[in-house]
Amino acid sequence: MANRAFSIARLPGFSTLAVMVFVMLYLPIGLLVLFSFNAGPSPAIWEGFSLQWYPRAWANEQVKDATLRSLTIASFAAVISTSVAVLAALGTTRRKRSAGQTFVYLMINQPLMVPEIVTAVALLILFGFIKVATGYQGLGYLIIAHSAFCIPFAYLPIRARLEGMDLALETAAADLYATPWQTFRYVTLPLLMPAVIAGLMLAFITSLDDVVISLFVKSAGQDTLPTYMLGQIRRNMTVEVNAISTLLICLTIIMLTAFFLLTRRNE
Amino acid sequence: MSKSIAVEARAARKDYGTGAHTVRALDGVSVSIDQGEFFTLLGPSGCGKTTLLRLIAGFETPTSGQIFLEGQDITADPPNLRPINTVFQSYALFPHLSVAENIGFGLQMMGRPKAEVNHAVEKMLALVQLESLASRKSQQLSGGQQQRVALARALAPRPKVLLLDEPLSALDLKLRKEMQRELKRLQAETGITFIFVTHDQEEALTMSDRIAVMQSGNILQIGSPREIYNHPVDRFVADFIGETNFLTGRVEAGRATLTSGEVLSADVTGHAGKVTFAVRPEQVVICAADEADCLAATIVETVYFGTDTHCHMRLGDGTQIVARLQNAPSGEIGLAPGEAVGLRFEPGALQVLAQ
Amino acid sequence: MTSAAEQAADRKARRAGWLLSAPALFLLIIAASGPLIIILIYSFLEPGKYGNVEWVFSTDAWVGILYSRDIFDGTYKLADAHLSIFWRSVKLSLYTTLFAFVFGFPTAWFIATRSPRMRTALLFLITIPFWTNLLVRTFAINQIIRNEGVLNTFLLWIGVIDDPIQLIYTDFAVFLGMTYVYLPLMVLPLFAAFDRFDMRLLEAGYDLYASRWQVLRKIVFPVVKPGVIAGSILVFIPSMGAFVTPRILGGGRNMMIGNFIDLQFGAGRNWPLGAALSVTLLVIVAVALAVYVRFANRDNGHG
Repeated sequence: MANRAFSIARLPGFSTLAVMVFVMLYLPIGLLVLFSFNAGPSPAIWEGFSLQWYPRAWANEQVKDATLRSLTIASFAAVISTSVAVLAALGTTRRKRSAGQTFVYLMINQPLMVPEIVTAVALLILFGFIKVATGYQGLGYLIIAHSAFCIPFAYLPIRARLEGMDLALETAAADLYATPWQTFRYVTLPLLMPAVIAGLMLAFITSLDDVVISLFVKSAGQDTLPTYMLGQIRRNMTVEVNAISTLLICLTIIMLTAFFLLTRRNE
Repeated sequence: MSKSIAVEARAARKDYGTGAHTVRALDGVSVSIDQGEFFTLLGPSGCGKTTLLRLIAGFETPTSGQIFLEGQDITADPPNLRPINTVFQSYALFPHLSVAENIGFGLQMMGRPKAEVNHAVEKMLALVQLESLASRKSQQLSGGQQQRVALARALAPRPKVLLLDEPLSALDLKLRKEMQRELKRLQAETGITFIFVTHDQEEALTMSDRIAVMQSGNILQIGSPREIYNHPVDRFVADFIGETNFLTGRVEAGRATLTSGEVLSADVTGHAGKVTFAVRPEQVVICAADEADCLAATIVETVYFGTDTHCHMRLGDGTQIVARLQNAPSGEIGLAPGEAVGLRFEPGALQVLAQ
Repeated sequence: MTSAAEQAADRKARRAGWLLSAPALFLLIIAASGPLIIILIYSFLEPGKYGNVEWVFSTDAWVGILYSRDIFDGTYKLADAHLSIFWRSVKLSLYTTLFAFVFGFPTAWFIATRSPRMRTALLFLITIPFWTNLLVRTFAINQIIRNEGVLNTFLLWIGVIDDPIQLIYTDFAVFLGMTYVYLPLMVLPLFAAFDRFDMRLLEAGYDLYASRWQVLRKIVFPVVKPGVIAGSILVFIPSMGAFVTPRILGGGRNMMIGNFIDLQFGAGRNWPLGAALSVTLLVIVAVALAVYVRFANRDNGHG
């Protein structure tokens, strides 16, 4: 009878629904991954196991280009957004609250609130002007746009860590003859490092994820991996997209695991 | 004379906030601390003692007033330019550095050669007896060990003054007693001026050369532990340091009388009019109810404390008096609640405080 | 009163704060906030023949959001097509929010009542889809519900149906996809609320003769209401602005506002209308956020 005892936290049907939700969350992704190993050309009819779609996707020049382009943009965007986020976090945390600070918070979180499509068309217009005026058509536009909307994601873990950091540590450094720069270099930055890496990773994933803004900002022939996939989905569906998706999912899981370990270990 | 002064605060004032929300943490405090002295700032929380310490360390700028170190005005100097080090209440050990790296941090920041830093670290590790833990990270240390590292770290650059901000408050009683002796030993060995902040009056009495008792941003009294204990200047100091009985009365024509009319023997020089008399519980003597020159009192309650017994009594006018009686080997003092007794005070025990 | 030295220190700290924030602000102003002003300006211009705009002031775009002008007699009529797109956006977003709540609430509760180890693992399982490429997730749904997709292939194979069920390119498909991709946004804030919830309140409730349903309604729900509101806003806002999901699952006909904006900048060649629609979408989002801020503050005041 003991295992039938009244459990206060149990609410009828909740566990069943929750388990169902987990299954439903992973079933579509699972099928997508499964069919990336399909020997046949259909993402719905299983014809046996094969790894052929991975090399075939990579052999596709467009895929290769788009992948390298996405990784380039994501790397730049992650480094730029994290760098400015570290500075902004230092400038906004652990000091007296002020109106200016609230303004900076709002600005930094703005990309989370404004629908992407709106930012996308706004950038289409603005960068359109600049493209005409300067003639420059390169990746710079995508990198700048990505850097901007990645800032809140990079800022989040860094700010959290700074706020949790004991101010006395920096006071102690100053007491022990460290100049403000030495204090930052030898105390603040080393302690902030796990959050900086976490911010880099979140920014990287966020940049890699983006479809909408890339779609509107890119010049001709500048497909990123997501915009290329979007085009493929609208055309003929092949298992090639499954293979690319599977690799993206793997990358996300690896980065998230690293993120989890980084932020947990130092708490 | 001025050569022997280590630290001096002149009319140091510190306000926090602005306008109507201004809080005055320090209200124009002046104090000189001698070289090689163990000086304690004692007071309840919020009395301004930590603020004064932070002004001396340079973590805060005074609203007005100045801070001098060996006669030089250092008010505007940032903390990293002051040869003064602090032991923080939370220790503030750098979690990403080892014990040795923590201790060497100050000298390293000053740009001293590596050999000198290493040598100083070894000496400090020996001084606080932590040689075996040099490569540990600070989180792997016990509270007492962290305390020693914090001390060693602050002493390693051989500061002119060491500031200690309630450094023992996080330790348990036994460890605290041990560290109190340790601190005295370190101070004797290094000869560095120690400025120690605490709210624990017993700690202050046992360790200090001189004590400054603070309240609401002011220093009420500066003196040796004996002076502070035996001759408190006012009711707050008397009450804050140890237990005290208070009686109200008057001084007229060189005679001290209680409000109820009894005449007391006390040194009343310089007092007149309404006053408060203070007397320590261990200076109260219980005698027979009919003995001459005794105040009539009734036993309210006796509380057994092991080494002694506290005997709570009431005088005729309702004033509560506590006497601390040394326990006899039998542990019995033979007094029962309700019993009528007499009480008198040891000669010279009665202090007269201004109202 | 503070001294000159203190004021100087204060000013210095403030200036340092601005200087440190400046690079981030610069990037955000040129590539996130600033361009929104251009959108506002464009909504008051006339469309160019081949896209872009003529620099002539006009309120046509704003009128055009709700009314269409009859090309023959010049009278204005309510633009049914536009209204139906607005209506679909609001309707699907509300459904999505509601169903994300129906599924998210028990899920968050389930996670919050596990052992700490299990909790971390389950949270991680919720976080993975959240960070997985939105396109990939929508694409996964597409592969299941399309006519030649897994579901129809399976049902045809076992003989339950003779012709594929038309699921894709329907409003339902868009709703299903959005619920799928935005569900983690509901679960995470709800979990945060449950995590802070003091389980002893349940004991107190049962002790005072409440039934499970009463405990849920009278104790759990009121206490975690801020989390419910946060989750709902977090789901509603991206749903209103959705672009990828309706595009992949709704096809060309079942547009939402996001796709309609896209259309104006593409084949529609009416940039001012697109700009006016963008501003409208921004206003809707701002209102939703304002409601959230008000509720959140009020509940904090009580708590």
